[in-house]
Amino acid sequence: MSFDLETAAAPKGLRRVAIDPVSRVEGHGKVTLLLDEHNRVHQARLHIVEFRGFEKFIEGRPYWEVPVMVQRLCGICPVSHHLASSKAFDRVVGAMPVTASADKIRRLMHYGQVMQSNALHFFHLSSPDLLFGFDSEANRRNIVGVAESHPDIARKGVLLRKYGQEVIRATAGKRVHGTGSVPGGVNKHVSADDHALLKADVAQMLVYAQDAVGIAKQLHAQNPALYDHFGAFPSNMMSLVRRDGAMELYDGVLRVRDAAGKTLLDGADDQSYLDLIEEEVRPWTYMKFPYLKHLGPHAGWYRVGPLARVQNCDFIDTPLAEAERREFIDWGRGQPVHATLAYHWARMIEVVHTIEVIAQLLDDPDILAGELVAGDPARAQRHAGGEREGVGVIEAPRGTLIHHYRVGDDDLVTMCNLIVSTTHNNQAMNEAVRSVARQYFDGREITEGLLNHIEVAIRAYDPCLSCATHALGQMPLDVVLVNAQGTRVDHVLRSQRGDVQRTLSA
Amino acid sequence: MKPTGVSVAPVLVFGWGNPSRGDDALGPMFVEQLSALLGEAQLSGIDCLTDFQLQVEHALDLVGRERVLFVDASQGLEAPFAVTALRASRDASFTTHAMSPEAVMQVFAQLHGREAPPCTLLAIRGERFELGEPCSRAAEANLAQALAWSRRWLAENAATTSLRTTA
Repeated sequence: MSFDLETAAAPKGLRRVAIDPVSRVEGHGKVTLLLDEHNRVHQARLHIVEFRGFEKFIEGRPYWEVPVMVQRLCGICPVSHHLASSKAFDRVVGAMPVTASADKIRRLMHYGQVMQSNALHFFHLSSPDLLFGFDSEANRRNIVGVAESHPDIARKGVLLRKYGQEVIRATAGKRVHGTGSVPGGVNKHVSADDHALLKADVAQMLVYAQDAVGIAKQLHAQNPALYDHFGAFPSNMMSLVRRDGAMELYDGVLRVRDAAGKTLLDGADDQSYLDLIEEEVRPWTYMKFPYLKHLGPHAGWYRVGPLARVQNCDFIDTPLAEAERREFIDWGRGQPVHATLAYHWARMIEVVHTIEVIAQLLDDPDILAGELVAGDPARAQRHAGGEREGVGVIEAPRGTLIHHYRVGDDDLVTMCNLIVSTTHNNQAMNEAVRSVARQYFDGREITEGLLNHIEVAIRAYDPCLSCATHALGQMPLDVVLVNAQGTRVDHVLRSQRGDVQRTLSA
Repeated sequence: MKPTGVSVAPVLVFGWGNPSRGDDALGPMFVEQLSALLGEAQLSGIDCLTDFQLQVEHALDLVGRERVLFVDASQGLEAPFAVTALRASRDASFTTHAMSPEAVMQVFAQLHGREAPPCTLLAIRGERFELGEPCSRAAEANLAQALAWSRRWLAENAATTSLRTTA
């Protein structure tokens, strides 16, 4: 299956401009535009270096180690992997459901994670684009530039992020490599000291979050021509929702709506995700393209993440976020909002919601006392082949995250399948690149400002392209230029320190 | 925000890296081994922290410090390890999901209106960074040399800060 512009009719003889990686996007993403001699875009692709080999890394390990090990997948959202994995292994140990204390402590951890990740993205990774404009100089469009020009916004972002990290520490045991969630439950309550610490600041965090959603709304109101149309394209949207249709980030059923907002699928059990989703492999990238089986790859691809979650739910069960959701829906005037930049607005609505939920959970005595672990081996969920099996689906900051495991009688993992949020959004991000390429590149010369429009579109998805290694001296920027004859005429490497080394290949 | 009941030690040792990516584990391993070497009594003036990568909130970990030692794995070093006095600067990185220590210092300065405390980078040479690999023998040897250097560094800084250690 190929899509318009994704595959040029005659790639040979086109000039290639590669930007690697996209600014402020984790890891090594590379955008390739194949140009003809008139600088017209014939091909637009986003290449992503996905985790490879991690499933094999997990297979053969004792299942109880896995919720801790999977945090090493990614330095960006380790808690999401920790919890998705734990949820899957709840099924393996027959803990359906987990105890009230375990459920609430895990929720607290998860909402803390989503809040701090969304806040980091808005305040520090995207606000430079939003505050300075897409064409501003690159070295101004970073967190340091924001701190210099908007110290208050930068400070709020840091404090929200820090608060979320403290929620994680209080529930997972440590800021990194937490061990709080285990198959069947959690291993500790929230301590009285941590509870007091978190309670003291939660009201202030809610004020910061409301300020942020106000900024996001204002951007759309001030420049609707840009914010409502930049990188916009229709798509299906998928997310978890609660059974009653409320927004739900930790545990729910799958819902898909089409581009017009009509429900295509609802109430789907997360354990049956393989009946719903298939992944397509394309020869030019390692990252797979998931789609809804019953619609096929061309019509069945979908978006996940904040834009999908805010519009797939029927309501949000916290008052401030619900008021913001209604305003967002009204902005669409009866139609779903498909603007790529509306991800930022939706993301900030979620920050308000997550802090409201955190505040509710901090008032709940179950996080301070009560049974921590459940389980009954006789109730373990089993695969048709007899092995114990579990699927854990969670709404991670970037979207739906799926962990699926089978476990043998020796307690070792025999099968592991992961579909991460960024993979779900693979087709959508390619669509965003194409949409922007059509609007800004076709028939024009390439400039840094124009290239940044592509980066802005991709960044709205907050893709996690983590290579999860970052040693000093690595080369994060690799630009290759290939002329119309297919000859490499320039090659520039830029180090993390900003040193530029230009090499010309023979 | 600071966890209740936790005081700020004058010296911070901060190692970062992914423990499951071969020699990328050098930063966290350094912190772990230094903690074990010094023991609880000698660690009274030292906070030891680790993370996968540096991020904006780590600017808050610099608050109240007199000296900071950042520790990371490094590719391309000729020596087993290298020590650099850091100066705050704009982050030239294109991946601020993983910030440089200089950029963290700059964020500190912008947030607090004063310079970050003196920060030193200890870069330890690593060679293999594949997922699932253990730390290489060569990297472990480099780590041992870096640890020996760090004990001298701590002793020297005990003379110029409120840190008191027999390291």
